[in-house]
Amino acid sequence: MRIALFITCVNDTLFPDTGRHVVRLLERLGHEVVFPEGQTCCGQMHYNTGYRRPAAKLAVRFVRTFEDADAVVVPSGSCAAMIRDNYPRLGGSGSRLSRKVAGLAPRVYDLTELLVDVLGVTDVGAYYPHKVAYHPTCHGLRMLGLGDRPYALLRAVRGLELVELAGATECCGFGGTFALKNGDVSSAMGADKARHAVESGAEVLCAVDNSCLMHIGGTLSRQRSGLRVAHIAEILASTEKEDALR
Amino acid sequence: MSATFLGIPPFPEAARAAVNDSRLRHNLRKATHTIRDKRGAVVTELEEDWERLRSEGAAIKSHTLRHLDHYLEQLEAAVERAGGHVHWAADAAEANAIVTRLVRETGETDVVKVKSMATQEIELNDALAEAGITAYETDLAELIVQLGDDLPSHILVPAIHLGRSQIREIFLDQMAEWGVAAPEGLTDDPRALAEAARVHLRERFLRTRTAISGANFAVADSGTLVVLESEGNGRMCLTLPETLISVVGIEKIVPTWADLEVFLQTLPRSSTGERMNPYTSTWTGVTPGDGPQEFHLVLLDNGRTDVLADTVGRQALRCIRCSACLNTCPVYERTGGHAYGSVYPGPIGAILTPQLRGMSSEVDEALPYASSLCGACYEVCPVAIDIPEVLVHLREEVASGPGHLGEKAVMKGAEAVLGSSHALAAAQRAAGAARNLVPRHLPGMAGAWTDTRDLPGVPAESFRQWWNKHEKGQS
Ligand code: SF4
Repeated sequence: MRIALFITCVNDTLFPDTGRHVVRLLERLGHEVVFPEGQTCCGQMHYNTGYRRPAAKLAVRFVRTFEDADAVVVPSGSCAAMIRDNYPRLGGSGSRLSRKVAGLAPRVYDLTELLVDVLGVTDVGAYYPHKVAYHPTCHGLRMLGLGDRPYALLRAVRGLELVELAGATECCGFGGTFALKNGDVSSAMGADKARHAVESGAEVLCAVDNSCLMHIGGTLSRQRSGLRVAHIAEILASTEKEDALR
Repeated sequence: MSATFLGIPPFPEAARAAVNDSRLRHNLRKATHTIRDKRGAVVTELEEDWERLRSEGAAIKSHTLRHLDHYLEQLEAAVERAGGHVHWAADAAEANAIVTRLVRETGETDVVKVKSMATQEIELNDALAEAGITAYETDLAELIVQLGDDLPSHILVPAIHLGRSQIREIFLDQMAEWGVAAPEGLTDDPRALAEAARVHLRERFLRTRTAISGANFAVADSGTLVVLESEGNGRMCLTLPETLISVVGIEKIVPTWADLEVFLQTLPRSSTGERMNPYTSTWTGVTPGDGPQEFHLVLLDNGRTDVLADTVGRQALRCIRCSACLNTCPVYERTGGHAYGSVYPGPIGAILTPQLRGMSSEVDEALPYASSLCGACYEVCPVAIDIPEVLVHLREEVASGPGHLGEKAVMKGAEAVLGSSHALAAAQRAAGAARNLVPRHLPGMAGAWTDTRDLPGVPAESFRQWWNKHEKGQS
């Protein structure tokens, strides 16, 4: 299958490895990945902070860039949710943007949805001999409704021991500009999440979203906890030949 | 006489103090998690019925709000038919003036009160005090707050921020001044505290001839008012006095008695985690020889019709004040209710207060941002209010106003960079080149990040740059 990759601005700029892992994983599974050059950002930060017009412009750009794709994979739960849940609210009802979004949004998938629902695989042939905890990010959990998919994928990884994370469904406190506007509350939430992650006994905390991981990972790093964070793509892309941690 | 929210700083600042108060954090965490777990259990046991009740509740409320004028007139006629009197109050001042006049006409200077958010919203107790009338709160938690000259911090459990030992101290210090004193040797055992309150209140119920209440629901076709509570103190207020004055927001209407069926299932489950509510009191006008012989209903607008005019924001008026969103909110859990500077705290407060008051103050402008948009509030709301949607909608209003110049500049800059893939690529190359120059601690607003968290390192190569090589390598 030919899959268009929407890498998202944060991943593109700060976490290019995630994109490389997605490409490596999908190519290993025998699919073709394309990267439409015109892409930039889904507009989530603008939208969530109250800047609707710039968000709408970015939505138009996204639609233009991806409208011909059979499937779009987004290795960021919150960006996938932005496109699927919020784009329809951006244009007025019956507007050109709304019509185009209605056509495109059902073909936009988070990585775990693409794998399980579209490509029909849960065992992606990965090898990752480490203790891993999964943090179901708010947007992955409540807006996308990823449910068991990420767990099923992780359970099928050879060598991986999945450990339970207390308070898993609670927000890590990132929330985009919330982390800046309400730094104290955000930090307090991040500290609790980091504590639960450390107490889980995991070596690696993983999620479908690098933004949340940046926030939790930044907290863990400041605390010198030794626990590292990893996007789920990194784990699923790992094989015996290329164990990322070795 | 009683404290007010006046002078409380905007949320981020007020929250800072709360976050650093470890006793408060402990009290809140314990209380919210206990109710949250109880709620979860009794909601789950309904299985798919819950979702059905939830959408029915939302539909009833939305329908009523769409035809509010009709149902209000129906309610007025029904109440008057049953021997009650209806008064219309456009704002807080008008409502307070009406209630003050009605109390004066009874010749009394003391009134008992059933816990009511509407009367808190209009700061009725202060208005009455100015007129020389003392209002006594009879809900246990509300009594604690009143005795402690404190502010409520939760819709359902106004004293949620206090621990038992703090409550004991308040009783010992203050009860005597307000009536029957606390017994000597009072311990902080919950039963001992409840008994002290019972004795204190009993005397008050038997002595006071005028009562003020709110209502959870007002049934339009029969003119019936409904109060749900857990202690029975409300029922005492509603049945013992000679005169009853109820102050009710105009959005509290349901069309028929049958509609209550939905809410009497969802409200107790959402608020206290109980399957059935302990005390549900209903009254329709007056009944000769039984209960209050004089009944007044004050219908309160106070900004509600303005909210109704906003097609996105109006869903906030569906709220049945169950407080499930407060108990599940990770932000509320860490800040408590006072930080919101509003009678309605937590997620519902963050969307309702700025709509009712208008966003002309810093406090109100900060409220729509007092959320990480995690969506937990929407998930638990028994009338399916999409709180995150309204938060973003209100943020838009704030962002389109004057001020916030720094933020606007940042957003504009981001718009320019993200407006073209070439500009983004150029910015990435610049960031990659300057990657070793990023300091560990950033100034200004970004300092909120670096105070407690490390920044990720900027990679030498963006994904885009890598992709171009990858592509060439393959062809
Ligand atoms: S917004 Fe919903 S959850 Fe919150 S208090 Fe109102 S009804 Fe309850």
